[in-house]
Amino acid sequence: MSIERIKMMLGSLPTHVALIGLCLVWLVPTIGLLITSFRPFQDINQSGWWTAFAPRKEVGQDVYEKYLAPYYGPDGKAVEGVDLFDPELIGQFRRSIALTVFLREQMEAGKVQLEEMPDVQEMTDLLAYLRRVSGVESAASRPRFTPDNYIDAVMGYRGRASYTTDCAAGEQALDLNCNISDLMNPRGMGRAFVNSLLVAIPCTILPILFAAFAGYAFSWLHFPGRMGLFALLVGLQIVPLQMTLIPISRAYAQMGLNGTFLGIWLFHTGFGLPYAIYLMRNFIGSLPREIFESAYLDGMSHWTVFYKLALPLSVPALASLAIFQFLWIWNDLLVALVFLGGQRPVLTYQISNMVSSLGAGWHLLTAAAFVSMALPMIVFFSLQRFFVRGMLAGAVKG
Amino acid sequence: MASVKYEHVTKRWGNVVGVNDLSIDIADKEFVVYVGPSGCGKSTALRLLAGLESITEGKIYIGDRTVNDVKPKDRDIAMVFQSYALYPHMSVYENMAFGLRQRKTSKSEIDRRVREAANILGIEKLLDRKPGQLSGGQRQRVAIGRAIVREPNVFLMDEPLSNLDAKLRVQARAEISKLHQRLETTFIYVTHDQVEAMTMGTRIMVIKSGVKQQIDTPQNLYQYPVNLFVAGFIGSPAMNFMDAKLVERGDKVAVDCRDFMLDVPEGKAAVYRRHLGEDVILGIRPEDTHDADYCPAGINKSLVEVRVDVTELLGREVVVHLTSDNIQFQGIFDPRTNARVGNTMAVAFNMDSMHIFDKQTELAIR
Repeated sequence: MSIERIKMMLGSLPTHVALIGLCLVWLVPTIGLLITSFRPFQDINQSGWWTAFAPRKEVGQDVYEKYLAPYYGPDGKAVEGVDLFDPELIGQFRRSIALTVFLREQMEAGKVQLEEMPDVQEMTDLLAYLRRVSGVESAASRPRFTPDNYIDAVMGYRGRASYTTDCAAGEQALDLNCNISDLMNPRGMGRAFVNSLLVAIPCTILPILFAAFAGYAFSWLHFPGRMGLFALLVGLQIVPLQMTLIPISRAYAQMGLNGTFLGIWLFHTGFGLPYAIYLMRNFIGSLPREIFESAYLDGMSHWTVFYKLALPLSVPALASLAIFQFLWIWNDLLVALVFLGGQRPVLTYQISNMVSSLGAGWHLLTAAAFVSMALPMIVFFSLQRFFVRGMLAGAVKG
Repeated sequence: MASVKYEHVTKRWGNVVGVNDLSIDIADKEFVVYVGPSGCGKSTALRLLAGLESITEGKIYIGDRTVNDVKPKDRDIAMVFQSYALYPHMSVYENMAFGLRQRKTSKSEIDRRVREAANILGIEKLLDRKPGQLSGGQRQRVAIGRAIVREPNVFLMDEPLSNLDAKLRVQARAEISKLHQRLETTFIYVTHDQVEAMTMGTRIMVIKSGVKQQIDTPQNLYQYPVNLFVAGFIGSPAMNFMDAKLVERGDKVAVDCRDFMLDVPEGKAAVYRRHLGEDVILGIRPEDTHDADYCPAGINKSLVEVRVDVTELLGREVVVHLTSDNIQFQGIFDPRTNARVGNTMAVAFNMDSMHIFDKQTELAIR
């Protein structure tokens, strides 16, 4: 290897290091979320995702000895009528909050007088210890990774264990049937995924189709008021969407469109159109004029020119527009919340509902986040090249 | 096969005049070139004929038919555009067949015509390619092929060679001329390049600011330009112009250019005697300006002493920029010339080929 090449490599080294560093900074939270989403929720509550591969510690014994052993004794039987190592009793406590409540009740009933309560983390460790020694379950018996979070999120499971354990025990909640129909449970991400598709696909196709028509008309048809109308459309982009929520919601209420897919299709189409028309007009207008003239000389009507020439030639613009519109609809919460709400929950709405106000259930959130991310990721990676072209659209003629 | 006629055709966009009161008669099978500087309205004149622009005033006939209100596709014309305007997403074959399909021509007929045109142009092997995979010259052939398959009555070409490199352009020029002879159809060709016009056209229309200046054969245009503009536009390097006055010297008529005085040849004296004392412009082409030492025999020469400013050796000839006190002009000299920058030398004008224009009207005085 020549000295020049080594020098060149050394010269570009800082750039590469900086780039790799940046990528890591951006990737680490996502990777953390991904790993977390596959861990059993008990583990999630006890330790961070970076310990996922580390040997599991048998935690909690010190906490027990510090707070409870003086009262309940080393075997948990010192207080009359209570056996802290009884699997039946401990089996009821799936979350540490339940154990906290139990201890409070004990104190109120005058059975023990703890000098101080364990804090939140200690309580978690304590429960883990009790469950272990009582033989309910132990950390070692749990798998390190499990798809349970995904199953629970997709099925909309809200219980204390997991969908699979409940179903195996035959104790499923009222709204679950433990069969394939649970995929469409209105509280689950599965149904929400379908709803999101039902919203996003028409809301992407409709405005782009109309915009292609309009873009062609604005560029190649001569009609009075063309420029005025176009200027008006461009100007309409200024109207903030939030401003129209109330009037349109009222109008929809009178027409019975609230909570229907038709309503949200119309709304997104309307708000997608100005920008879509603007972009399509600029793209179709920048196609070489002579191609169209040649087509007219060849005897094509405007309609033929549109679908034989304008449409195939504007595929790059159509694709990039479709990608952006699709992603915006897919990630939209506001409009879906206002016009669909809980009647036909979409992914964003479902995710926001997944966590209770006390923060319980956030292990479901990790899985739900990846369910909702999956499609945009596929769209992005399969249509990457159009992304780049779309961002360049207008910058260079092409 | 058809003749074309413009009758007092005017095109205006608001106050902007594209073509002003244009009248031309183009016979069947002619090759007419519209030539002029950019923005002169030559393309507009062609587009009016194609129906891509509407006519403001006047009438255009193709054959015996007024086509003012006939749609482009029904005018029986085919056009080749400067950018070729090929359909980028279709193969060469599709590009050529497309217009015919729109006209519901039978499949076998389309195939026959496309293959025949491809054969004429030597692009049989490219039929399955997309325009993006072709070179500039090949694209240009496809564009012409697309026009040929239509078998139109009139071929319109709007600067079809402008996007080719110089060498290819010369070759394509000859090919288009051959095509014209072979197809025996009326060709109308627009260009800003006077060399293209001179080499290809059977007749040339010079146009400026939307106004027709002269329409004539290449020889006549070169030898008898009607005005200063045509004289300056046709020929390269451009004709030399000098402010002058017609005066009498002895019994001869002479042109007084301030720095020197040139005698008008006997044969032409009678015409100019009527304009004695008038301010005129003398036009003389660089190719009629010779080194006195290497002057062709048998010309009516007039000698002057001038200084050499710049010499440009082109091999076959030397372009020499010359200057005297008030006048600068160019000459094309024999390569053996002794002209050296800064030297003073004798230059001979071939006065048989001089042109004299009225200074006010800029029209040729003949």
